[in-house]
Amino acid sequence: MTQASSRRDLLKGAVLGAVAIAPGLTLIAPAAQARPAGSAASAANRWGLLIDTSKCDAGCTACVDACKTEMGLPALDRPATDAQYIRKVDVKDPKTGHQHSLPVMCQHCAKPPCVDVCPTGASMKRADGIVLVDRHICIGCRYCMMACPYKARSFAHEDQSNQKAHNPRGKGCVEGCTLCVHRIDAGGRPACVEACADTGRAAMIFGDLNDANSEISRRLSKQASSRIRADLGLDPAIRYQGI
Amino acid sequence: MKRIDYLSVRAWTPGWLMLMAGSAVIIALAGAAVLFMEHQGHHVTGMTNQVVWGMPHVFAIFLIVAASGTLNVASIGSVFGREPYQPLGRLSALLAMALLAGGLGVLVLDLGRPDRLIVAMTHFNFKSIFAWNVILYSGFFAVVGVYLWTMLDWRMKRAYKPAALTAFVWRLVLTTGTGSIFGFLLARDAYNSAVMAPLFIAMSFAFGLALFILFLLGTATALERSLSLDLLRRMGKLLALFAAANLYFVALQHGTALYMADRGAIEAFILLNGGIYTILFWGGQVLLGGIVPMALLFRSQATRCNIRFASLMVVAGGLAQVYVILIGGQAFPLTLFPGMEASSGFMDGQVAAYAPTLAEILLGLGGCALALVITIVGISAFRILPAALGPVEASE
Amino acid sequence: MGMRVVMLALLLVLMPWQGARAAEAGPQFPKAQGQCVEDAGTMRRHHFDFLKHQRDDTMREGIRGAKHSLKDCVSCHAAHKDGKAVPVNAPGQFCAACHDYAAVSVGCFTCHATTPGEGKP
Repeated sequence: MTQASSRRDLLKGAVLGAVAIAPGLTLIAPAAQARPAGSAASAANRWGLLIDTSKCDAGCTACVDACKTEMGLPALDRPATDAQYIRKVDVKDPKTGHQHSLPVMCQHCAKPPCVDVCPTGASMKRADGIVLVDRHICIGCRYCMMACPYKARSFAHEDQSNQKAHNPRGKGCVEGCTLCVHRIDAGGRPACVEACADTGRAAMIFGDLNDANSEISRRLSKQASSRIRADLGLDPAIRYQGI
Repeated sequence: MKRIDYLSVRAWTPGWLMLMAGSAVIIALAGAAVLFMEHQGHHVTGMTNQVVWGMPHVFAIFLIVAASGTLNVASIGSVFGREPYQPLGRLSALLAMALLAGGLGVLVLDLGRPDRLIVAMTHFNFKSIFAWNVILYSGFFAVVGVYLWTMLDWRMKRAYKPAALTAFVWRLVLTTGTGSIFGFLLARDAYNSAVMAPLFIAMSFAFGLALFILFLLGTATALERSLSLDLLRRMGKLLALFAAANLYFVALQHGTALYMADRGAIEAFILLNGGIYTILFWGGQVLLGGIVPMALLFRSQATRCNIRFASLMVVAGGLAQVYVILIGGQAFPLTLFPGMEASSGFMDGQVAAYAPTLAEILLGLGGCALALVITIVGISAFRILPAALGPVEASE
Repeated sequence: MGMRVVMLALLLVLMPWQGARAAEAGPQFPKAQGQCVEDAGTMRRHHFDFLKHQRDDTMREGIRGAKHSLKDCVSCHAAHKDGKAVPVNAPGQFCAACHDYAAVSVGCFTCHATTPGEGKP
C-alpha cells in the first residue's frame, strides 16, 4: 500500500467516522425524515430491521455495547438482574455442529403478547409499530416478561442513576428495546444499527417496512428472510436472514 | 330441620391474644421485608429477569386459589342443598374472603411499584386477563360479602339463594381467570394450555377444603366445641375426591404435553431431570399432596388424626405444586430456536437458578398471617361458628 | 391518650412558628435562564397538568417538540456550579425547593434526568 492511498483511506475513514458520531444527520443512507414537531407517529410507517446473520460475527458485541451506551444502561455486574435491551445469541445445530450468531432484541411484534397481557395498558404499541413500555403507568407486575416469547424485557431491579435524557428509567418498572424511538423520531436510525455499520460488518439495516421503496423492503421482496418463532404468528418487525 | 346456634368467639382471652400477637409479629416481619425489598429493589430477592415471579407469588397464588376453594363448603350446603354442610356456610364465606385478602396483599406488595396500585384500579386493558382478575378479585369480596350477609341476617333470607348461586358462579369464573394467567402464555411450553383453568379449579377445591378442615379442627380444639367425626369423614372423603381430581388434571396436562414432540424437553425437565422441581413434583405434589391423603381419607374408618394429617399434606403438596408450576415453568429456558442449542450472556438456553430469600418467604407468611387475623377477628365479631357440630365421640 | 395530648400541644406550638417563617421567606431557589413558556402564575398552578398531558402525547402518540416538556424545564431551571449543572431535585434547587415547601413528593426524577443535556452528572 502506498503512502498516498493509505492517506486517502484515512481521510475516508475520518469522514465516515464524523458521520457516525453525528446521529440524526442524514448524510449516508437516510432512513427517514424527522417527523415535523407536533405530528404524531403514523400507521403509514412500520419501522423494522433486517439482520443478515451471515455477516454477524460470534465474538462481536458492537450492537450490544452501543445500546448500553446509548440508553445509559449500567453494568452492575449482576448478569441475572442487569438490564439488557439487546443480546447476542449463539445458535448451534446439535446435529451438524453448524453455528451462527445473531442479535436478539424486542421484535416489535404487530401482535405483541406483552401488550395483550398488560393490565394497565403500560405495555403499548405505537401507531408506527414500535412496542414501548409507558413507565408512567407501569406497576411492575412483570406479566409482560412472562408473556414475551423473546425474553426481550428487563425489570429495573434497583435504583437507577445517570439516566439518559432520552431514556428515562427507574426502579420497579419493566423496560426493553425502544428501537431507539428518540432517534427515529429525529430521522435517525437505531444505535445498534449504526454501531454494526461502523465497527461490525453492517449486518443490520433499518427502515420502513410499509414503504415499498425503502432499502429494507426492496431487500425483503427479493431475498428470503425469516422471523424468530414465526410459528407464533406475532408478525415481528425484526427480520433475519440465515437463521 | 335442626336449629343451628352460632356463637361468636370470646375475644381478649389469653389464647386469643397469643394467637393474635403471634400473627401480628409475622405481619410486622413481613412488613419489614416489604420495606427492605422495595427500598433496595428486587435484586435483593431471588427473582431475576429469568424467574420474574418468585416465592411471594407462590404464596399469593396458593392463597388466592385456596380462597375460592374454601367457598365450596358454603356452596355445597346452599347451591347443592347438602344439609350437613349448611352450618359451615358462614365460616366458609369468611375464610374465603380472608384468604383472598391475604393472597392479594402479598401479590400487591411484591409489585415493582406498589405505590401505583391506584393506577391498576383506574387503567384497565380489557384484553388482559390480569385486568379481568383485578375486577374478579374485587368483585369476589362484594359478592361473598353479600352472601355472608344473607347468611347472618334473617331479614336477608330472600336473597340467600341468589347470592349463593352468584357466589358459586363467581368463584368458578375467578379461578378460571387465575388459571388462565398461565393458560394464555403462548410462548411458555410449561403453560399455554386451556387445561390450566380446570386444573386450577381442581387445585382450589382441594387446597380450599384442606385449609377449611384444618381451621375447623383447630377451632373445635381451641374452643372445646363439638365436631362430629361423621361430618369430618364426610369432608375427608370429599377432600380425597378433590385431590384425585387435581391429580387427574395434572395427568391430563402432562399427558397432552408429552404427546407433543416440541414439549418433550420441558416435560423431561419437570418429570425426570429437573432436580428440585422433579423432587417436588413426585414427592411433594403427587405423593404427599395426592396419594397419601387419598389413601388416608378414602378409608371408611379415617380417624380425626388421619384427617388432620391428610389435610396438612394437601396443603404442603399444594404449595409444592404451585412452586413447580410457577418456578419450574420459568426456570426452564424459553425456546427461541426450536431444535437448536442457544447460548448468550442473557442466560438463553440455560435453566435459570432461583433460590427464595428470607424476605420473600416472610412476605408470603405475612399473607397467611393476615388471612388468619381477618378470620379470627371475623369469628370474634360475628356469629360465624356453630356452637356445636354434632356430639363429640367418646371413642376418640 | 396522654401521648395524643402531647402531640397536639407540640403541633399547636410549632404551627404558628412554621407559618411565620413561611410568610417571611417562602421557598428560595435559583433563578432560571430565559423566558418560561407560560407566565409564572399559570405554571405554578398547572405545571403538572401540562407535563402530564404532554407526557402522554409524547410517550403514546409520538408527538415531539411541544412546549411543555420536562426536558426543557430542566434545561432552563438547572443551576450551574463550578461549570457543572446541579440536579433540579437537589435540596434547595428549583423543583425540590417548592415541592419540599409544599410537602409534595416529585415522582419524575426516579426515572428522568435531572440535569440538562445527555444525562445526569
